[in-house]
Amino acid sequence: MATQKAEITVIRPKKTFSLGDLREIWQYKELLYFFTWRDLKVRYKQTAIGVAWAIFQPFMTMIVFSVFFGRLLKVPSDGVPYPIFVYTGLLFWQFFSGALSETSNVLLGNQSIITKVYFPRLILPLSAVITQLVDFLVATAMLIALMFYYHYTPHLAGLFILPLLLLITFLASVGGGLFLASINVKYRDVRYILPYFIQLLLYITPVIYPASIAGKYSWILAINPMTGVIKAARGAILGTEPINWLLLGISLVAVSVLMTIGVYFFKKTERYFADIV
Amino acid sequence: MNEPIITVTGLSKKYNITHQRGGYIALRDIIANAFRNPFRFLKSKAKSMIGRETQEEFWALKGIDFEVMKGEAIGIIGSNGAGKSTLLKILSKITPPTEGEVVLRGRVASLLEVGTGFHPELSGRENILLNGAILGMTRKEIASKFDDIVKFSGVEKFIDTPVKRYSSGMYVRLAFSVAAHMEPDILIVDEVLAVGDAEFQKKCLGKMDEVTQTAHRTVLFVSHNMSAIQKLCKRTILLEHGKVKMIGKTDEVIAAYLESNPLTQEGSLKTRKDRRGEGNIKLSSFFVENEKGERVNNIFSGGLYTLCFGYETKDGREAHDLSVASAITGPDNAPLSLNWSRYTNEDKNTAPAKGIIRCEIRQKFPFAPGLYHISANLFSGETIQDYIKNLGVFEVQEGNFYGTGADIKHSPILLEQHWSIKEE
Repeated sequence: MATQKAEITVIRPKKTFSLGDLREIWQYKELLYFFTWRDLKVRYKQTAIGVAWAIFQPFMTMIVFSVFFGRLLKVPSDGVPYPIFVYTGLLFWQFFSGALSETSNVLLGNQSIITKVYFPRLILPLSAVITQLVDFLVATAMLIALMFYYHYTPHLAGLFILPLLLLITFLASVGGGLFLASINVKYRDVRYILPYFIQLLLYITPVIYPASIAGKYSWILAINPMTGVIKAARGAILGTEPINWLLLGISLVAVSVLMTIGVYFFKKTERYFADIV
Repeated sequence: MNEPIITVTGLSKKYNITHQRGGYIALRDIIANAFRNPFRFLKSKAKSMIGRETQEEFWALKGIDFEVMKGEAIGIIGSNGAGKSTLLKILSKITPPTEGEVVLRGRVASLLEVGTGFHPELSGRENILLNGAILGMTRKEIASKFDDIVKFSGVEKFIDTPVKRYSSGMYVRLAFSVAAHMEPDILIVDEVLAVGDAEFQKKCLGKMDEVTQTAHRTVLFVSHNMSAIQKLCKRTILLEHGKVKMIGKTDEVIAAYLESNPLTQEGSLKTRKDRRGEGNIKLSSFFVENEKGERVNNIFSGGLYTLCFGYETKDGREAHDLSVASAITGPDNAPLSLNWSRYTNEDKNTAPAKGIIRCEIRQKFPFAPGLYHISANLFSGETIQDYIKNLGVFEVQEGNFYGTGADIKHSPILLEQHWSIKEE
């Protein structure tokens, strides 16, 4: 012990965001692992079908949408079987909406820990998103099953774009979520508005319908970063359309800005959070 | 080499009163306010924008300076609202200071609560892993100490049961065991030992003592329990109104504290936060009367005293089956005497909404000089309404118990006695 160089901690009033924060998150990576592990464990404890819930939810939504929108309303699906079409969209949508709502509650939901122990608070939203990512991966299994069922051959080359799409979704949901989490500390209105807002957002994101349906107004949809992600996912995996790299680029820039704003507000709130709850 | 392991310079923390009370405002209310009283709203907005708001400031800490050397166990005492908790929160990086600086030269672990992050759905085993990680242990560290932790806690049999099925005692034991096996250079401990049974508390104090003695760790210990501080810490800091009033040898500091904090507690009991129970009826004051009915702050062995506990009901209605069970614990934290109207069959069926429960001790005060604590449990029927551990602390001074002025030694408890010799 004596030979070990002592760590020195200095506590001062002002704390601005720095690269040191990222290094600190790396130091606390084990805690990140444990928080994720806890969330996954707790989520499916005392449930009869356990992790199958991750599949069940998008699967049932897919069936309802396929019957009402695909069969009865005959919503076009760019030549792909409607269930596969809508499920691809739903996968990303659920990842996005789940991560957004989990992240927005991250400060309040963990206040008993936050007011008692120090750790980099950004770990909490990160673990919330990773938990959602696990659900995403589990639910992907169902997409593969669907493809077998419909004898549909996906474009395997399209899989390479997947990390980029996940990154954009990640930045969009965490960026927005951190911003909301900060507001949520002071104004609990967020808790009531958010579910409604997410529901509304579903209709202006081309999950149920193809983006092409909007015709010349499709640029309005493009403001929403999830439009770019879902369009590109379908383009890449299902080959419905060429990937619009410009749109993706704009989305990436937009969500990076969103993420910066989110982190800024979060860091600002985090400083006095323990004093006001 | 002789660099202090903790250096605190000019540490201050300011709270805005409005901030503290608020915290939870609905946007709706703000908008409603703006419409109801547009002129005042604009005025206050304008004021806050140019920074001339009349916000009430409150300095929880003001200009704290001190140093702690390696291997030292240092106590922090002070009455409620003196700033002890704020100081600990700053030292454990939970809240930033407004001014000043702290330098910590070593790995810090803080224990402001036992079982932080325990999840009721997870098993004991899983919670050890989680809690260990939250307290800053690495996975390797936890794995190597896992068996010791389980053994120390004594809950081996239930290690795979969800902790929501644990009794509260088991829960606390498990939680503390994890904390006790941390190996930081600096350990910051809040009043966490106030929970758990006496025997386990003793075990924990022993463990903490061992930690400072053998491993040369530094411990910062906040407590209401003067005996524990006396036992564990050589040096103590006395905080008062956010400032360091005194730093020095524990005995001297405790003496100063007792002098400025009389046994009589008029309103201060109401603001105590370290209480448990239903809370429909609460203890509001505590004082001791002598045989003439005067309030006293000095207790002598051999004196005749009445313990008085003031209470108030929350709803202003009369209380039923009210009783106080009050324990006196001695210098080494062992319970010495429990006084309860149930023992004497004097429970009253109804009691006024506000009143004083008096316990007249019908014998000479039998304890030898030393530090004693008094705790109180306010019952209505079988329900614990309010429980405050270490409600008051007092030093018993040498009195003339036997009326002979004899110098009494080696007798922690004094019994009235009469001696004679009979011829056989």
